[in-house]
Amino acid sequence: MLEELRFGFPILSVLMFLPLLGALLLWVLKDVDLIKKSALGICVLELGLSALLLLRFVPESAAMQFSERLNWIPGLGISYHLAVDGISILFVGLTAFLTVLIVLYSWDSVRENIKAYFMSLLALETALMGIFVSIDLILFFVFWELMLIPSYFLIKLWGVGPERHYAALKYVLYTLLGSVFMLLGFCLLSLNYFTVTQSYSFDLLELMTVPVPLGQQILIFWMIFLGLAFKAPLFPFHTWLPDVLVQGPIGMSVVLAGVKLATYGFLRFSFPLLPEASTNQTVVAIVMTLALIAIVYGAIIAIIQPDFRRLLVFSSISHLGFVVLGLFALNFQGLQGSLIQMINLGFTTAGLFFLAGFLYDRLGNTLIDRCGGLARRLPVLATFLLIIGLASIGLPGTNGFIGEFLILLGAFQAHWVYGVVAVSGVIFAASYFLWFYERAMFGPLVANLPQTLKDLTQREKIIAVALSVMIFWIGLYPSPFLRMINGSVQEVVDRLDHGAMAWNRSGDETMVTQMVKD
Amino acid sequence: MSDLLVILIPVFPLLAVLLNGLLGHRYSPALAGQIGCGSVGLSFLCSLVVLGEMVSTGTTREVIAYTWIFGGDLNVNLGFLIDPLTTVMLLVVTGVGFLIHVYSVGYMHGEEGYTRFFTYMNLFTVSMLLLVMGNNYLVLFIGWEGVGLCSYLLIGYYFDRISAAKAATKAFVVNRIGDAGFLLAIFLVFVNFKSLDYTIVFSQVDQLSTEMATAIAFCLLIGAIGKSAQIPLYIWLPDAMEGPTPVSALIHAATMVTAGVYMVVRNHVLFDMAPVALITVGWIGGVTALFAATIGLVQNDIKRVLAYSTVSQLGYMFLACGVGAYIAAIFHLVTHAFFKALLFLSAGSVIHAVGGEQDIRKMGGLWSKIPRTHGVFLVGTLAIAGIPPLAGFWSKDEIMAHAFVNGEYGLYLMAAIGALLTAFYMFRLTYLIFYGQSRVDPKVEHHIHESPPMMTVPLIVLAFLAIVGGFLGVPPEHGWIHGFLAGVATPAGAEVHEVSFGLLVGLMGIAILIAVSGWGVAHYLYSARPRAAEDWAARAPGAYGTLLNKYYVDELYDWMFVEPCKRLGRIWDWVDSNIIDRMVRAVGRMVDLGSAGSTWFEKHVIYGAANVIGFGNHLVAWSWRKLQSGMVHHYAAMIVVGLFLLVHFLLIWLTGKSVL
Repeated sequence: MLEELRFGFPILSVLMFLPLLGALLLWVLKDVDLIKKSALGICVLELGLSALLLLRFVPESAAMQFSERLNWIPGLGISYHLAVDGISILFVGLTAFLTVLIVLYSWDSVRENIKAYFMSLLALETALMGIFVSIDLILFFVFWELMLIPSYFLIKLWGVGPERHYAALKYVLYTLLGSVFMLLGFCLLSLNYFTVTQSYSFDLLELMTVPVPLGQQILIFWMIFLGLAFKAPLFPFHTWLPDVLVQGPIGMSVVLAGVKLATYGFLRFSFPLLPEASTNQTVVAIVMTLALIAIVYGAIIAIIQPDFRRLLVFSSISHLGFVVLGLFALNFQGLQGSLIQMINLGFTTAGLFFLAGFLYDRLGNTLIDRCGGLARRLPVLATFLLIIGLASIGLPGTNGFIGEFLILLGAFQAHWVYGVVAVSGVIFAASYFLWFYERAMFGPLVANLPQTLKDLTQREKIIAVALSVMIFWIGLYPSPFLRMINGSVQEVVDRLDHGAMAWNRSGDETMVTQMVKD
Repeated sequence: MSDLLVILIPVFPLLAVLLNGLLGHRYSPALAGQIGCGSVGLSFLCSLVVLGEMVSTGTTREVIAYTWIFGGDLNVNLGFLIDPLTTVMLLVVTGVGFLIHVYSVGYMHGEEGYTRFFTYMNLFTVSMLLLVMGNNYLVLFIGWEGVGLCSYLLIGYYFDRISAAKAATKAFVVNRIGDAGFLLAIFLVFVNFKSLDYTIVFSQVDQLSTEMATAIAFCLLIGAIGKSAQIPLYIWLPDAMEGPTPVSALIHAATMVTAGVYMVVRNHVLFDMAPVALITVGWIGGVTALFAATIGLVQNDIKRVLAYSTVSQLGYMFLACGVGAYIAAIFHLVTHAFFKALLFLSAGSVIHAVGGEQDIRKMGGLWSKIPRTHGVFLVGTLAIAGIPPLAGFWSKDEIMAHAFVNGEYGLYLMAAIGALLTAFYMFRLTYLIFYGQSRVDPKVEHHIHESPPMMTVPLIVLAFLAIVGGFLGVPPEHGWIHGFLAGVATPAGAEVHEVSFGLLVGLMGIAILIAVSGWGVAHYLYSARPRAAEDWAARAPGAYGTLLNKYYVDELYDWMFVEPCKRLGRIWDWVDSNIIDRMVRAVGRMVDLGSAGSTWFEKHVIYGAANVIGFGNHLVAWSWRKLQSGMVHHYAAMIVVGLFLLVHFLLIWLTGKSVL
């Protein structure tokens, strides 16, 4: 079983519940300005805490760190078990980082029901943190579902499009539809654990010690897959994404495009728990095909989108294809690249949604043919749009390249055909982004622009600079980030290579394996 | 040579980028220009020191800045390799680069976005330096895409112009096609060698099968074709002339576009193992050299003629690589950098003089009004046309001699015809600009003036280099550059052709004859019989039109690739919202059955829960009003109920007792 490291105080619980407590605090406040400042204060505090977490994290290790465990429903083996490892640590930091930026972004752009908005946002942050630090499958699932409630309201009440009610519902429905299967899969895993050990458990670390028969693994794999595929969303389960990201508020789009919960789920649960199913040839071939379709399909549709945010949606689908491609390459570079890329998308795709938000706030829409020559009036915005956009299409020197290169290298090693098809996505990505940029930012200045059109405000600049710093940091000197994830990535690769057997190093667990075989 | 010195070469311009990019708006543009030039000048000085060390000791060295990407069996450093090949490239990039930067101070004076211009130019220099200095494929690739980015930014420098914006996008996207090929080559290298370092790869290259070496070489070739504007990916380079003229000189003539040649020579060990790939390089080069030259014959935009000429000259370098004459390729790269930078910059000086006019039909008789520009332009023309003893003669002759001696008579013939056309179109350009009757717009006529010294001094230096640069490679095969590069660019297992002195002199004689004939025809058509050219064009309108429209290749590509791609996007977009979405929704609707009671649940459970976890009463009250209408949200409630029951029953089934 994986080593667990503990920490002086329950930092993960604090990280998880601080935003929720903050939300309660906002409830009693009356003054709008104070509400905003408190929300910001809480998020910054959260960011500080997660920075502390990252600093104290032991790199190059596969251990579960900052572990906390309390019994919750002992009869079913459900526990309140929190920990982070190389797979999840960066997501915690990313969530905290993006939430601060969303609060900054929302400062002036959200004008209705400010208190409720920030409360929802903070509640959402708690759910996200919960998803990333939960080691118990049921606990994870609770946060996975809990996330829907604030999301639903954020989309429905503060959405910018006329179809926001429909979009909110569609989002909740689709995710729920998938999660039913995921929960069933989790239960089957626990049931299998019961047949081996005569007790239930939903604890990831315990479940990993027990082998699952291949047939069952594959069934469970597809159940969990559905849950993750709807949420991710993977082709062909992606059709809620355009509605939600275009109709919903920018803050929600940032979270959905930037925090890759679902692909995290593959690394967290599918691979360690179901190594034989995950490496099954048929399974891999199907998932890789879906990923390749997503890459090319998303990118080609993105080329002709008339709306910048819709373009981003399809580019996001294409990028997710890359992430899944790297994951199911099932080798070190693929996994490492996908993990880094999931984080990267939090700065690039999410960053582009912020930029789309800046444009929306100025023009009242993000239709490309209403723009034109904006680089003249909005040079700072145009500059950051280019930096983040180039990172998103994987220009070397930016974070996007590190992720995309490793993913492609991994995919190529899995089979050269994967690499060759996926590399075409790189060309299409340049086409859709640069063609958009040419029409929106270059060329003669379009007529009928608002007289009050101003370049980025101080607050917007902070957002853009923060994103750019991360883009170049990971792009030029990714060492600290790679060191944090490498240990755990290696562990997952080993487990995939050798199946569950490699994990069970202690004697009695080998016995258990024997028992099952008999 | 200290390691620090090597690292400083790219760091100086990088610092200038950061300074001008972040703080440039706080100080005067003039200072930004000085910082921009100064940084490249310092890099040039460091490169000279590197050259000195290299000449005296001849040792290759690697300098590692830090470990960039690592994990598993992959380990990539940000490291530099300093060997004779890199040294030559360093001198070209920083030396010619410095002259162009100085020229730009004068040329770009008073332009809007002056600081931005120098920031991009310096960023380009950094990228180009990484490209030639990298000790592994990935650092090369940073530079490779970096120069592409800067090219994009500088082509789109006048971004208000639609043509400039389109040209910028086109350049980047077409280059990306090449980059994709290059990426595949990198993957193949890694799969075979488990390393991306040149030293490791090249030392183990003999373990490779011919098929694998051929595959890698072809992927590299795709990359080289994109960057060096060869058939079929040359189409972006002529459009790239939308950028300011110094950009055309630096990026689209002297340095960036030669990166493909550098890359082939750098990887010559791989190409040597893949004869099929190698000779493909040669033929692509030969065909491009001839093809681009034919287009250059009839173009009327001064910079476009030079652009097609660049494509054609790059073709010569590829041809040289293809026949194993790597040193000749680099030699021509160097001399071409001198005379093509000179030609572009003096073309800039001409454009400057006639108030931005680029159409050669509206020039003529300028020699007396801008004598210094005329002088240096003439030097450039003589050099590129291959008139001895100027630089172009030696390097081009060496390439043609190699093709002939290696028995590639087809390539030799194409190169020879190309040379004839080159001499013709260059003298045509010279006659139309500088001699004959003035056709300049009368309004511009009296404004014509010679450029300031800031521009003419770099021109004179370049003219000097274009005159004497060829002596780097004299005597043929035994010049300084041959000795210097012998260790790094000699083909593996190349048999030394014993070439008789008579043959060499004969080939030289033919080369001179070709150059002079081209000149003669141009003289006949554009000076002796000014009407003759138009008669010729009128007599063969089909051929003339085809050349004038560049064989309609842009239109062909649009029809073959761009439009189908957009159409596919539209079709898939429709499928996405009308078929895939509907299918998923239909599945969802099946769950709709029996959703009675969900309203109750919604009211009491969902909003209750919302209340509990801190949504507040007024949110609920407000949202409730919003939620009153519509049936769709019943789905959500229904699914939550279903889920809840499902889990509950499952748990009962598992444990035999209710747990809640």
